[in-house]
Amino acid sequence: MPDIRPHLLRGVRPLGGEPVDILLADGLVAAIGADLRAPEGTTVVDAGGLIALPGLVDLHTHLREPGREDAETVESGSRSAAMGGYTAVHAMANTDPVADTAGVVEQVWRLGREAGYCDVRPVGAVTVGLAGRRLSEIGAMADSAARVRVFSDDGICVSDALLMRRALEYVKAFDGVIAQHAQEPRLTEGAQMNEGCVSDRLGLPGWPAVAEEAIIARDCLLAQHVGSRLHVCHVSTRGSVDIIRWAKARGCEVTAEVTPHHLLLTDDLVESYDPVYKVNPPLRTADDVQALREGLADGTIDVVATDHAPHPKEAKETEWSTAAMGMVGLETALAVVQKAMVDTGLLTWEQVAERMSATPARIGRVTGHGRPLAVGEPANVVLYDPAAPVGVDGAAMVTKSSNTPFGGMTLPGRVRATFLRGAPTVLEGKIQ
Amino acid sequence: MRHLLSAGDLSRDEAVLVLDTAAELALVGDRSVKKLPTLRGRTVVNLFYEDSTRTRTSFELAAKRLSADVVNFSAKGSSVSKGESLKDTALTLQAMGADGVVIRHSASGAAHRLAGWVDGSVLNAGDGTHEHPTQALLDAYTMRSRLGRLEGLRVAVVGDILHSRVARSNVLLLTTLGAHVTLVAPPTLLPVSVHTWPCEVSYDLDAVLPKTDVVMMLRVQAERMHDSFFPSVREYSRGYGMHGERLARMPEDAIVMHPGPMVRGMEISAEVADSPRCTVTEQVANGVSLRMAVLYLLLGGS
Repeated sequence: MPDIRPHLLRGVRPLGGEPVDILLADGLVAAIGADLRAPEGTTVVDAGGLIALPGLVDLHTHLREPGREDAETVESGSRSAAMGGYTAVHAMANTDPVADTAGVVEQVWRLGREAGYCDVRPVGAVTVGLAGRRLSEIGAMADSAARVRVFSDDGICVSDALLMRRALEYVKAFDGVIAQHAQEPRLTEGAQMNEGCVSDRLGLPGWPAVAEEAIIARDCLLAQHVGSRLHVCHVSTRGSVDIIRWAKARGCEVTAEVTPHHLLLTDDLVESYDPVYKVNPPLRTADDVQALREGLADGTIDVVATDHAPHPKEAKETEWSTAAMGMVGLETALAVVQKAMVDTGLLTWEQVAERMSATPARIGRVTGHGRPLAVGEPANVVLYDPAAPVGVDGAAMVTKSSNTPFGGMTLPGRVRATFLRGAPTVLEGKIQ
Repeated sequence: MRHLLSAGDLSRDEAVLVLDTAAELALVGDRSVKKLPTLRGRTVVNLFYEDSTRTRTSFELAAKRLSADVVNFSAKGSSVSKGESLKDTALTLQAMGADGVVIRHSASGAAHRLAGWVDGSVLNAGDGTHEHPTQALLDAYTMRSRLGRLEGLRVAVVGDILHSRVARSNVLLLTTLGAHVTLVAPPTLLPVSVHTWPCEVSYDLDAVLPKTDVVMMLRVQAERMHDSFFPSVREYSRGYGMHGERLARMPEDAIVMHPGPMVRGMEISAEVADSPRCTVTEQVANGVSLRMAVLYLLLGGS
């Protein structure tokens, strides 16, 4: 049972501003002010020094259920999300069976409700079985109890230009969006890592930047032609940022996300041949990282999305080429963004809230999330300590898997509490 | 030196020590009793995930001439084909007390991964399209014994550089040893960042040959044609194959090398392959001495 008592957040700094008290009651932000009195039965949280942000919203999460419950379940993944300060996540469609019918998306949605740690918004597959041949029943998923608005074949690119056009057109009927995994398949056959100096030296087949950029350019033009919304998943190259900036300037309704790992890590880490650094799209160069940070700062890239991709140990304890692609990211996202963007002076906390809560909620058409911290708004709040350095340890994480690329690194802060409609899912840094 | 994973790990002094040690050990091969007691009681495992009778036999012979116990563990007919992971295989070999593991694997980096899982020495006998350090060492050894030096030697490596572990190891080692390397291939068979490598690059074999002391021909798999790396075997052969006329345009004492197995009629004509200036069989013979030297230096210490 969720703890529905009122909570008084004493001395908290909303969006990193001046300290105030915030009272959460009846699922809402009940009061904001100095020295608020705590009604009877209120739990008082000493939030001195902590930053309050609206609960984070992830547009890109792999919860693995149904099918790969050995890596993650809806419950374990949504607990991990809560630990990271998230109150809503979008569960990607590449499960087994694929989330390409109303039945599967409703199952995932229901599992999320039962778990109760955050709102789980299923993403529907664009094509049946992610096979890229024909559209899945997008309308049925949109009309289902799960109210799907984001559609993606993530993991696989909708590479057929005509099919992509149709998908973009079709979702206009219910204000949906196609989230594209931009990867030209022929240019990336057998690809193992970013194509460049490091791949050439290591003898690993390269994943060239152009394979991402060419698809993004095509899709922006298509989206503008048919007047639909396009969302670009996990942008990873400087060229992609340039193309999206150009597309936005000419009026294309495109949004884009970047992952925390692409904001911090570079492809030279692959020198170790440790598949914990294997991810798709791959880690790129320092120059790409710089461009991604600039793009996120100037709004070319709209949001940070985790691409949380849990894998069992045996999928990573192997030689590079047979290892699975992907990294867990929910529990480290905010701290990585602080390190890459806030501590470098590129973003304020207010802008972090925009890029990790308000804008992703708007793109996913998620109601009740990404709202301002104001009286009468849903009490979806995260309390973050930006001055609590923590050594990352995959084994100590709440997610069922441990494949973090940040293991052994020290990140600058940690989530202290997360509230979902007023009920704490995390308190004193511990899952409730 | 605990492992030999990359030719780039060797300093100039270490590389010269390997070559000098190989020269001494080569004398054993000339005796009627071709055996030294140096590695008696030590166990060397040949862990071969790729078929390579040539390399495996070379390592086996090298270890046996040093009196090591040799176990051949091939991917076929072992637990490997039943789906056992490289890590579990590594732990098994570890439990059996392997002092050295010689690994050949189709995945780049497999030797690096193995080195993190076992206590013994790991010797990279070819990992994917990454490296093949003992091949580069035996090539350098062969050049030095034929031409008397490595410093300042002009070496052209010709063929499928992109997919060649031999080319990668040779560029690293020959540069360390002071030779000048030129890579020659059609642009499709060169890595995109090759201009950052410590060597020259040319698309024109005929322009390179007259100023070349050693030309090293790499095997080109005909299958590459189907991926459009080149239009046809004939066109490849015309541009980049070694034949008698081209050999005649090289300096008089220049040699032709090939790591084997050769595809006659593709990258090398029978006339060149059988000429006394071609060192293919010499390379094979030198391979045993060179691998003895590496095993001795890795495992011979107390």
